[in-house]
Amino acid sequence: MPAATPVPAAIASQSITLTINGQPQQLDVQPWTVLLDLLRNELDLTGTKKGCDHGQCGACTVLVDGNRVNSCLLLAVMQDGREITTIEGLATGGVIHPLQEAFIEHDAFQCGYCTPGQICSGVGLIREGHAKTADDVRELMSGNLCRCGCYPNIVKAVDDVRISEGDPK
Amino acid sequence: MRAFSYTRADSVGAAVQEAAGNASIGDASPLTKFIGGGTNLIDLMKADVLRPHKLIDLTRLPLKEIVERPDGGLRLGALVTNADTAYDKRVAARYPLLARAILAGASAQLRNVATDGGNLLQRTRCYYFYDTATACNKRQPGSGCDAIEGINRIHAVLGTSEQCIATHPSDMCVALAALAATVNVTGAEGDRQIAFKDFHRLPGETPDLDTNLKADEVITSIDLPAEGFANNFTYLKIRDRASYAFALVSVAAALTLDGDTITDARLALGGVAHKPWRDEQAEQMLVGKPATVDTFKPVAAFVLRDAKGYEHNAFKITLAQRAISKALSQAAGLESV
Repeated sequence: MPAATPVPAAIASQSITLTINGQPQQLDVQPWTVLLDLLRNELDLTGTKKGCDHGQCGACTVLVDGNRVNSCLLLAVMQDGREITTIEGLATGGVIHPLQEAFIEHDAFQCGYCTPGQICSGVGLIREGHAKTADDVRELMSGNLCRCGCYPNIVKAVDDVRISEGDPK
Repeated sequence: MRAFSYTRADSVGAAVQEAAGNASIGDASPLTKFIGGGTNLIDLMKADVLRPHKLIDLTRLPLKEIVERPDGGLRLGALVTNADTAYDKRVAARYPLLARAILAGASAQLRNVATDGGNLLQRTRCYYFYDTATACNKRQPGSGCDAIEGINRIHAVLGTSEQCIATHPSDMCVALAALAATVNVTGAEGDRQIAFKDFHRLPGETPDLDTNLKADEVITSIDLPAEGFANNFTYLKIRDRASYAFALVSVAAALTLDGDTITDARLALGGVAHKPWRDEQAEQMLVGKPATVDTFKPVAAFVLRDAKGYEHNAFKITLAQRAISKALSQAAGLESV
């Protein structure tokens, strides 16, 4: 790599539009701001957690245009025009999402730090419609780590909602 | 992450033009980088391994389709996500080896973002490449290799050099090597096609170069030949945990059978070399032989004929031989997957 890497001169922020939890917002972002940091630091949406910050733990999982993604590895500027759904946006009309309800029912968390990412990931999994069994759910949830080891109950919660909501496709 | 400037390309030509002159800088840390899904690039920028001054965003380019080719094959647009590729009905039916390999890699979240073109360009997960406090000829040419005498359990046993023993991390690429895909690229000097076996490089004296793609060239698509080996195939991945881990050893095996006789064979390994390791000589040894374990074992030994183990990874030589034998047995239907 270059011995001395000069800092590029005065790089302007870029104006982007994101629809975050249903609300269109115009935002000025620096190119190197990742979506996770924009949500937590600029927009005070701290439900999305920073775990490893390297795409290995899934705590930062959000939905972009309905697809589950690791927000720590996405540049905010590249999401211009997209719809972002975080854990704060899953409830409708004051009623929590069926998967949030199922996490409570199945006691699918202990410390709760990974839970927003687990739930967003589970919502994405159900929407994708590729899981046909609890084993499929386990495999397709492997991008979300839980250091408390609540995996059996997480799988039960996701699989319950998967079965009750059926294949959306 | 360090500051950089950002532009969004609205055509392949504009992207190439924007990167013109980048080729001379070399691959170790080019000052201009293209970004697709970015799942590996952003990670490497956070780790300060890559320090581009400018990113050119390719994700708005119209390279997101999977289309039929006149020869009966499929063309995968470079910006199709790994998930959309693996779950595409045509890919799943005609190239199940590719679908299986893609789904063996990464996590659902990463596969939703990572692109097919980007998968080819992901960098090694060698710990020393990622750790800027250590010597790494891939990251900083001429600095040395701390892996050779260090913790090298995940490293290569085939095609290594005294400069580098890193492995290529992709699962998808192992299947693409076995299927003999072709990579279509566009650069300042026009379009060209690169046979998959010539796309990635062995480390040799220049481990900073992972591929033969020039720094101002863009991958536009990947062509799959008509033959997809959909009847007799397997992707066997051996790793430290059942999901979401890189391969210690992986095997893409595909056979064409006439009764019990092998009439065509493909064999490629992941996790053992600086590139997906396809062995065409070993494939030829299988042709005309009965599909039995007695046929497979000597071929497996042959593939590892020049293997060299290091302090912590010599186990991969035996593991790879057994994995090849098992994978061929699975492909032949002698063993369940």
